[in-house]
Amino acid sequence: MAKVLVVTSGKGGVGKTTSSAALGAALAQTGQNVVVVDFDVGLRNLDLIMGAERRVVFDLVNVVQGDAKLAQALIRDKRVETLSLLPASQTRDKDALTPEGVERVIDELRAKFDWIVCDSPAGIERGATLAMRHADMAVVVTNPEVSSVRDSDRIIGLLDSKTAKAEAGEKVEKHLLLTRYDAMRAARGEMLKVEDVLEILAIPLLGIIPDSEEVLRASNVGCPVTLHNPISAPARAYADAARRLMGEIIEVVTPIERKGLMSRLFGRKVA
Amino acid sequence: MALIVAPEPPFDAWLVALDQQMQRSAGFFAGRPVVVNLAALAETEDDDPAAVLEALDARDLRIIGVEGADTALLRGTRWANTLAIAPAREGRADRAVDIPEPQAEAPSPAPKPEAPPRAALLIDRAVRSGQSIVFEEGDVTVIGPVASGAEIIAGGSIHIYGTLRGRAIAGLLGRPDARIFCRKLAAELLAIDGLYRTADHWGDGLHGKAVQIWLDDKTLRLAALD
Repeated sequence: MAKVLVVTSGKGGVGKTTSSAALGAALAQTGQNVVVVDFDVGLRNLDLIMGAERRVVFDLVNVVQGDAKLAQALIRDKRVETLSLLPASQTRDKDALTPEGVERVIDELRAKFDWIVCDSPAGIERGATLAMRHADMAVVVTNPEVSSVRDSDRIIGLLDSKTAKAEAGEKVEKHLLLTRYDAMRAARGEMLKVEDVLEILAIPLLGIIPDSEEVLRASNVGCPVTLHNPISAPARAYADAARRLMGEIIEVVTPIERKGLMSRLFGRKVA
Repeated sequence: MALIVAPEPPFDAWLVALDQQMQRSAGFFAGRPVVVNLAALAETEDDDPAAVLEALDARDLRIIGVEGADTALLRGTRWANTLAIAPAREGRADRAVDIPEPQAEAPSPAPKPEAPPRAALLIDRAVRSGQSIVFEEGDVTVIGPVASGAEIIAGGSIHIYGTLRGRAIAGLLGRPDARIFCRKLAAELLAIDGLYRTADHWGDGLHGKAVQIWLDDKTLRLAALD
């Protein structure tokens, strides 16, 4: 049965789009039929991250408003054939999305794909609530810092109250994806620890993505990091996270910094 | 609805009857506006209208108006400004109201087994950032954490079996005896009966501890529970 997965965070710039592309590609690489839907109408990025910006003709708004058929708007990835993209419109804004239209599109996608990954815009307004509206599962992307954690907490509250599942008395399955994790700074106590974030948010951990230039490099060439350099640390972390989403049980390993002599001497601050 | 009281001559005898009646049905007139109809007494001219009104007033009747009397007779008394109501027109009075006789033998209807008003609210999940739990009727108990940016507002006390990172506002409607309890204090703001303090005021000494907060003569006090 098709799963609708929303990638959300509340706060902007924490890595929702990067994670949507990486998880979507990793799921597709296992042979699952995956579509990644960009809900950030007006500020679309997913097409760039996935390297499809020159192939966009119709978009989500066209389909929602009935101006184009779903098949016309879907863009099939050139690298992984089971991966598709439904881009957002750059010229419109979030008001162009209607709840009925979004529901219809999601229902159509459910019939075609195994996974529908909804890349949510930042914020808690219309765009974000419509992106999470029909979700069965949610990946809450969080950076290990207080503002991101609090915004994620707010989003979890909305997932528990504003989604179709919550209104029907069911639960949206929620997973925490900790991104931009810097082992060195964590060791120095400059970032929230994994345990602290987990204690505050109290949802299961899907994965920890290390802060890496590899992610930036992949974004710049328009390729999900899981496809661009599959053996890099962030790519492996995303691939493991994707397998956990599919129900595999793999232990989450907290990235550790290989310490030099100096950091061995000065790495730990007195608590 | 105003009751119309119409004394009849002889007034003294009528007053005795009224007293007996009121004794049997205590509270019948309580708080109800009364219009005194003096038409029957005016016919005999034996009684001074002002004295009649005084006698009724002495029995705690709430006199809002007088009808059927020559208002000139009240001039110079404290009743001069009482609303004079035009003499009763045909059909004005709906019906005579009988003062109900207490029915001693009839058992009073058994009170319906009504559910007592809720005195406490139980929340058995995490209260997330941005959520606001408001319960003016009484105590709020939370089993789980209260996040930064969340708030619990209670008419009574607040009990949090988890970490309090947001706001707790107890004793909302003037209840200085309300208290706040939490298993781990990391709150942003605490308030009881309108008196509030932000985290700056209590410092780090109690951070992460099980704490109770109460009001001690207009001072918010915090103390570790163990």
